[in-house]
Amino acid sequence: MSAGLEAGEYTSVELTNAHLDDIELRNSASNSFITIAREHALKQAKAADAQRANGNPTPLTGIPIAHKDIFCTEGLLTTCGSKMLSNFHAPYNSTMVERLNAAGIVTVGKTNMDEFAMGSSNENSFFGPVTNPWDRSRVPGGSSGGSASAVADGLVACATGTDTGGSIRQPAAFCGITGLKPTYGRISRYGMIAFASSLDQAGPMTRTAEDAALMLSYMSGFDPRDSTSANRQDDWLTAIAHNGIPKLDRPLSIGLPKEYFADLANAEIIEAAQAELAKNGHTFKEVSLPHTQAAIPTYYVLASAEASTNLSRYDGVRYGHRCNNPTSLQDLYERSRSEGFGEEVKRRILTGTYTLSVGYFDAYYIKAQKIRRLISNDFNKAFEEVDLLMTPTSPTPAFRLNEHAQDPVAMYQQDLYTVPTSLAGLPALSMPCGFVNGLPIGMQLIGPAFREDTILSVAAQFQQITDWHKRHPGETA
Amino acid sequence: MTDQNNAEINITHLARLGRLAIPKLSHASTEQELENIIAMIDAMQSVNTDGVEPLSHPLDSEQLLRADVVSEPDSRTAFQSNAPKTEDGYYLVPRVVD
Repeated sequence: MSAGLEAGEYTSVELTNAHLDDIELRNSASNSFITIAREHALKQAKAADAQRANGNPTPLTGIPIAHKDIFCTEGLLTTCGSKMLSNFHAPYNSTMVERLNAAGIVTVGKTNMDEFAMGSSNENSFFGPVTNPWDRSRVPGGSSGGSASAVADGLVACATGTDTGGSIRQPAAFCGITGLKPTYGRISRYGMIAFASSLDQAGPMTRTAEDAALMLSYMSGFDPRDSTSANRQDDWLTAIAHNGIPKLDRPLSIGLPKEYFADLANAEIIEAAQAELAKNGHTFKEVSLPHTQAAIPTYYVLASAEASTNLSRYDGVRYGHRCNNPTSLQDLYERSRSEGFGEEVKRRILTGTYTLSVGYFDAYYIKAQKIRRLISNDFNKAFEEVDLLMTPTSPTPAFRLNEHAQDPVAMYQQDLYTVPTSLAGLPALSMPCGFVNGLPIGMQLIGPAFREDTILSVAAQFQQITDWHKRHPGETA
Repeated sequence: MTDQNNAEINITHLARLGRLAIPKLSHASTEQELENIIAMIDAMQSVNTDGVEPLSHPLDSEQLLRADVVSEPDSRTAFQSNAPKTEDGYYLVPRVVD
């Protein structure tokens, strides 16, 4: 697309119009978009064409993309998938949106998501569920389900997502696309609506590792407005726009954590992917991450506690839904929040309130923080032996709509392979590596902190010798 | 500790702390859901954490500090454009003091 714009085969306005027409025609099948932003997009496209005419384009100038509806975008609705914010117009852009705007990107719309990013199926959206392009009776995963579905459907080539416990990687796996959760602190959280602040991280969702790398290079960077933003200078990252993903100078040692393969249903697909990677000289070694089983309970304590705190800001006073005719301040708070939040959000607020309440704080919150350190230590120890870890992204391919909707605990288990990485703050990428019954299967590459370059290099190698990432829904898998 | 804790889930109290109105009719089902979640969470109690320091930031990084100077412009009008009820630049709430 970027080459077509550069060669003058089409303008960004033409490209954007074609995308918008396609989205308007096909969005009803997937419900990927909450907002389609024609006017806003065409304005950006005109500016992008002017930027190109002036001779200072970036590789992203004029490219239509979609933002998960968790990122504040000036001039567009930002709903976070919630009734609470169904009429919220952010007064400023998130830093990440601002950076992509500066690169000349065109925002064609805002994508659907689980309410406040709480969910693994996109069924918890106030704006209705999203369907999986590979099988419309199945979920796209969550919480960045709209972004994953939109990319898999070919509605946009790139979208943004956020990942707290797997919300980029699991939908990427379910929809057969490439999704990267960068290291915690790599991309600014300023203007990204908070769910669990010590875990939330934005990242790109694309078809290829090359596109993910390019997006990452423009989304990243130190931001003094985010107190957890990492102040780093990684030359490989700033060079991506010109040089692409760095080439590996040696074969790698890749670890296979045995706890992730214990009861794996589709192990043969991951084994076939290992065989492909071995063609590039990489070697494999079994490693152990002994605290893996404790990750889900640990995550739900920490994430729910942080969520109950972060969501206390929705009070019906300053922004968001307000109930009719409140009789007292307490009534205003309680009814506004109860009407504005969906069931899963309320469940997590109650869980977080319980674990943070007097008498339980040490037994739950502090205990979980201690296990978090043990999980992080497990990874550090593994990375003394190997360069990278490879695992399945999710225990199963995409499940059916309503399959787990009545059982929150079963739904939480979906995050088994993605949550430990989030707790440790490490970068991880999911990409398609095969199909079962026409449904994509994702493999996950996990790297040491701030080594997205290693992950992306291996992912790019894999995508050079396989074509799983080029499959489209509707073709025979 | 599971049984002991589960007996102490008090939805009325938790809902008040979380500023949520939970209808009396759904107290029992909400309590059951929370019990299931807490039972799942309690699995972590079996991990030995003796002598382990809590980890609050995933990469143990230091808190950034900045000089105590004004860095944001006055955006009251922009921010209040999202408020459900305002008057003369103030947010309106039900009367608290008579």
